[in-house]
Amino acid sequence: MTIYTAAAIKTTLLAALHSGDTTLDLAQVSEIDTAGLQLLFLARREGAARGTPVRFVNPSRAVLELFTLCHLTDAFGAAEEPKP
Amino acid sequence: MISDGMEQAFATFLAESRELLGQMETMLLGIEREAPDTETINAMFRAAHTIKGSAGMFGLDGIVAFTHVAESVLDRVRAGSITLDSELASVYLECGDHIGKLVDAVAADTEPDASTQAAGAQLLVRLNVQLGETAPSGAALPEPAHEHKHAQQDDGMGLRVASGCWRISLRFKPSVLRDGMDPLAFIRYLATQGKVEGMFVVAAAMPVPEDMDPEDCYLGFEIAFKTVIDKQAIERAFEFVRDDCTLRIVPPNSLMNEYLRLIEEPPEKDIRLGEMLIQCGTLTQKELDEALRIQRQSAASADGKQRPIGEILVDEKLVPPQVVEAALAKQGAVKENKAVEARSIRVDADKLDQLIDRIGELTMAGASTELVAKKAGLPELLESASVLARLVEEVRDSALTLRMVQIGATFSRFHRVVRDVSKELGKDIRLEIDGGETELDKTVVEKIGDPLMHLVRNSMDHGIEPAAVRIAAGKPTQAVVRLNACHDSGSILIEVTDDGGGLKRDRILKKAIERGLITNDETPSDEDIFQLVFAPGFSTADQVTGLSGRGVGMDVVKRNITALRGSVAIDSVEGVGATVRIRLPLTLAIIDGFLVRVGRSAFVIPLEWVEQCIELTHGSGTERYLNLRGEVLPYIHLRELFEVEGEAERRESVVVVRYAGRKAEFVVDELLGEFQTVIKPLCRLFAQLRGIGGSTILGSGQVALILDVPALVAQVQEAADETTSRARAAKRQNGLGPARRREANVERAGHPAYQSNRGDQPCN
Repeated sequence: MTIYTAAAIKTTLLAALHSGDTTLDLAQVSEIDTAGLQLLFLARREGAARGTPVRFVNPSRAVLELFTLCHLTDAFGAAEEPKP
Repeated sequence: MISDGMEQAFATFLAESRELLGQMETMLLGIEREAPDTETINAMFRAAHTIKGSAGMFGLDGIVAFTHVAESVLDRVRAGSITLDSELASVYLECGDHIGKLVDAVAADTEPDASTQAAGAQLLVRLNVQLGETAPSGAALPEPAHEHKHAQQDDGMGLRVASGCWRISLRFKPSVLRDGMDPLAFIRYLATQGKVEGMFVVAAAMPVPEDMDPEDCYLGFEIAFKTVIDKQAIERAFEFVRDDCTLRIVPPNSLMNEYLRLIEEPPEKDIRLGEMLIQCGTLTQKELDEALRIQRQSAASADGKQRPIGEILVDEKLVPPQVVEAALAKQGAVKENKAVEARSIRVDADKLDQLIDRIGELTMAGASTELVAKKAGLPELLESASVLARLVEEVRDSALTLRMVQIGATFSRFHRVVRDVSKELGKDIRLEIDGGETELDKTVVEKIGDPLMHLVRNSMDHGIEPAAVRIAAGKPTQAVVRLNACHDSGSILIEVTDDGGGLKRDRILKKAIERGLITNDETPSDEDIFQLVFAPGFSTADQVTGLSGRGVGMDVVKRNITALRGSVAIDSVEGVGATVRIRLPLTLAIIDGFLVRVGRSAFVIPLEWVEQCIELTHGSGTERYLNLRGEVLPYIHLRELFEVEGEAERRESVVVVRYAGRKAEFVVDELLGEFQTVIKPLCRLFAQLRGIGGSTILGSGQVALILDVPALVAQVQEAADETTSRARAAKRQNGLGPARRREANVERAGHPAYQSNRGDQPCN
């Protein structure tokens, strides 16, 4: 989830949200930057707006590291999720 | 950033720096005597810190760089890791001198000369040794160092005690991601510089999904950051992204107190709010520039109203409001301080002189009014004239005190002189000061410095013996030079005393005879012999007097003192020490005079020297001596001396004057009484006139000459001394024994010397 893939991921994410998915598996995220983080925020906000909060599960090491750095583990509720 | 008031502030900086350097010097000299207490060390640190801070404000990198090192060492001293012993104190004395030179150079708007720079580099090496740095860092050399002076300024300060968190607020331009920057990367780097205690990711700026461009950055970061690095270092973490983000760094709260305290501390300078905030590190130059830019922009905008910089800073969240408030309060305090300082104002010396001159005229006018009132005999007029006279006298006295300054400051300068010269000479000499609170005329104080300097140096150089000689003579190894000032019968007495070897009377006498200054058969008093060292050219004689000149000779000392209407005498006991006594008038401007008449001319004798007046019983011829209650005194006929026209009147009076322990008498026609008068200097045409000190204008418009009593007394004494023996012989020949002398009687004595003296008078 980086700037290079952000445009594509945004489309995928929004499509998934439209189709009713409420769980976002982050296990395959090998790399995440500001653009990626921004998309997670977008997803969370959209989910909340639709009344179907998005759950972020299986954060990869990269995501976990970012969450820890940014003190976002609580915000994204990913801490309880089993680590890969 | 340079304001209109900056020039004034710069002048303040110069004056303040010199003052602080003076204080440091005083403290350092104290340290050389005894170990310093904490307060002294803190005061020294503050002095250095203030100079550095102020110099930084004006971009004086040379001073900042040098003072920074000096301050760092003092900081160590404060922390207790370095001891400020006399050796280090001596290094610091030189440092103080060096900073003084740098300040002087800045004041003269020149670069410090090569030798100053070399001395500075040398001192830096010595200071760096204290800091444990063997090699002097190039950046610390006093060459223009344009890099981060603030970084230098801050690293010695209290940032390391940070316990709270920095608040870092980051907002990025949307394009930042496309520009290849990843804000998180910077935050990651930042995290390596300290501990991110908390972070809040602000996503509020993100538009609805449809409008959201995933390649734009919408996120903001609020970071609570705990670190030991300073603000500049934090900023550097974001250096690459600097143009693409808005970075606000708010210092930790605990530190903010520190900053508040710093602002509240009295650095006593007139600085603007922005500069103040920069100085305490709350605000960096960059931010201030930005705020100023915004200020200008808003000023240029439609409303045309300039927003106060404090408001902008708070609005832009560059500084928290309370910091601005503290800075503003401080600014207010600075202004208040100014108001307090304004209680003592600097007045142009010329204006003061003019005032004194006018008051002098007033005094005389008052005196003449009183005379007129007396003649008119109207009781009301007499009464109001006397009230007027009293008031005028009070005004005169208070006007004169305006010019009075204590001599202490002049004396204190000699601490350093004595210290330096004694080191130079390898002698252990202590300076003692007495009567520093004695006040005398400012002009006199200013002009007495050089002669005193010469006398003190002479005492140390030639008066005080080498340690070995002192020990052999049973004296303490530490010699003492004493400066003493006191009031003494209407004049100021300044004494320079040493406990050295004293003047070598016999050798001076021998030399004087060789030079023909005195004849072989004369037996002058010690005082007269010592006066010989003041003769021009005498002091340079092959060290005979032990007072060979250094800079100005003793004759110049005497001339300087005489020019102040003063006199100088030496007391000396060989092997015990010497005392040079300088006697100076209290003021140069106005004197209480005693008005006398000779023929149709009026003369004023300064009242402070008048001892008594008596009537001269007639019948005397060309007598030169007068017996006053058993005391035989030389006298001068003013009529003859000044060749006043007309015959001597039948009834003459005698004014007995006393000067520096000697008495003489002036024979005059009439005593007119006390008279306050302003001394008007004689024009250059009469400058070489002997016996006349100045002139004054009487109420009637008549000019009266003011007698130069010291010169006349010396003259009459000279003449009298030369002929003492002959006079005695003459007395014996005339058969006038002591038993026949009556009070106020005039005795005959041949006095050829007097005649020749008269011939010397330039006024002829």
